[in-house]
Amino acid sequence: MNVLAIDSSNLVMSVAVTTERKVLAELTTNSRKNHSERLMPAIAQMIEAAGLEAADIDRIAVAEGPGSYTGLRIGATIAKMLAWTLKKDLVGVSSLEVAAQNGRGFAGYIAPFFDARRGQVFTGLYEAKDGEIVSVAPDQLVMMDDWLPELRNLAEPVLFLSNDLDKWGELLSTQAYAELGDITRNVPRAAELARIGAKKEPVSDIHHFLPAYLRLAEAEAKWLAKQGR
Amino acid sequence: MKINVRQKTLILGIETSCDETAAAVVENGTVIRSNAVASQIDIHRRFGGVVPEVASRHHVDQITVICEEAMDKSEVAWSDLDAIAVTQGPGLIGALLVGVNGAKALAYAHGLPLVPVHHITGHIYANRFVRELEFPLIALVVSGGHTELVHMSQHGSYEVIGTTRDDAAGEAFDKIARTLGLPYPGGPKIDRLAKKGKPVIDFPRAWLEEGSLDFSFSGLKSAVINYVHNEQQRGHDLNAADIAASFQASVSEVLVKKTLIAAERVHAKQILVAGGVSANSVVRTEMEQAARTRGIPLIIPPLKLCTDNAAMIAASGTIGFLKGTRADLSLNGKANLAIEDF
Ligand SMILES: [Zn+2]
Repeated sequence: MNVLAIDSSNLVMSVAVTTERKVLAELTTNSRKNHSERLMPAIAQMIEAAGLEAADIDRIAVAEGPGSYTGLRIGATIAKMLAWTLKKDLVGVSSLEVAAQNGRGFAGYIAPFFDARRGQVFTGLYEAKDGEIVSVAPDQLVMMDDWLPELRNLAEPVLFLSNDLDKWGELLSTQAYAELGDITRNVPRAAELARIGAKKEPVSDIHHFLPAYLRLAEAEAKWLAKQGR
Repeated sequence: MKINVRQKTLILGIETSCDETAAAVVENGTVIRSNAVASQIDIHRRFGGVVPEVASRHHVDQITVICEEAMDKSEVAWSDLDAIAVTQGPGLIGALLVGVNGAKALAYAHGLPLVPVHHITGHIYANRFVRELEFPLIALVVSGGHTELVHMSQHGSYEVIGTTRDDAAGEAFDKIARTLGLPYPGGPKIDRLAKKGKPVIDFPRAWLEEGSLDFSFSGLKSAVINYVHNEQQRGHDLNAADIAASFQASVSEVLVKKTLIAAERVHAKQILVAGGVSANSVVRTEMEQAARTRGIPLIIPPLKLCTDNAAMIAASGTIGFLKGTRADLSLNGKANLAIEDF
């Protein structure tokens, strides 16, 4: 099965083409955003580098979120369009689950996170079981100040994987149970997305596949709050 | 500009610049094979206007559904298409990105050329479904986002000779509707209410300096709002129908007169009107009357082609395709985009 994997959910943009046994092509950048300009050319380039054509792809795996709303929409739109028009399988995978794959060898919990501004992070809790990453706590939007006490109570080391350690590393390194990712483990890889995407159940309704924003649009949240009054 | 004549040109158009997810297949720029639109009006009504983030999310939900509907109804195969045309801008950036990236994915998947389209040129080309265009012409594009007078000397050539200096005409309609307590979208509601009233209140007309083809609606907007407040302060009952009729008369008079001045200045062979506000009944009748008096043929698209749709994007994209306009897979949406570049 040829899998095209697409992650444009955050600053990192990663695209890979894999088979069951091999990563045929992979491109990862962690410098500029502008995914709208760069993602589609990267996809075309990776498929070509793999020696394939669009029609040869059997399955498209996309990092569905959480992450930047715009980045998620670009990835989801392209993935949906390709899957629908080429009549291929579509699989959505949590962006945090993709990030957590880099902790597969870690003995303890893995807490990938993306900064969500104003003291908040998108995060979840994972651990490695028999070499596979499984979810322990659901992906969520949470204040870091509320999240850390929960992790402290786990009485096991926690590996923090994030591309936002510039901002959060100092605070996290004061936590006795914390271990911080290094430069390679902090960057999510589309080849990992492809590997887990190959095993998951494809979505049943490509048309209405949506990113996992994990947060309502602000206007929507305000409107709902007003209704509850 | 030279246009290659072909047997048949089939273009899939995609439009997501605001709150309408739309796709359409058009033949030779003149025949609509399909025209699918998912409107979000009901979704944004509770917010009193279009919320960009909400609109963008709904575009992702609708984009493949609408493309499928357009392709199925057109009875055209992917291999029959000549190109994919997509609105590059202007518009809400988050909304535009869904259409642009979706179009790029389709163009790549099927090995089709990609043609970027300026949204306003789409509105202008909606008129080509009514009648063949003759040049030079003057097009008045009026909607919630635009008030522009465009001079065209030939297919695919656009010169803006008048534009609004503040609010778009449609924006003024929405704000006055809110002042009068009418629900969003305000334009059609004002039109309906105005039919029960008379234009007896003398609201200002902004002609600007001598010979200017520009527009300004902020003064009129303030005048109407002040009038309403004064009446309320004096304890008078508001005659909302008269206010609506008078406001509409002011907008319409300026739009019509400036369009005619522009048409005479360039010796236009046709006047085109397009955009959401051209659905307004007073604008339509006054424009028809004025054009008839001057003996200049007038084209206004049927109502459903006045609001945002993708048939118009495919129609304009057909011209772009024939004159060789192409984008590669790095095409990006642009919230502000100059029409002269198209
Ligand atoms: Zn429009």
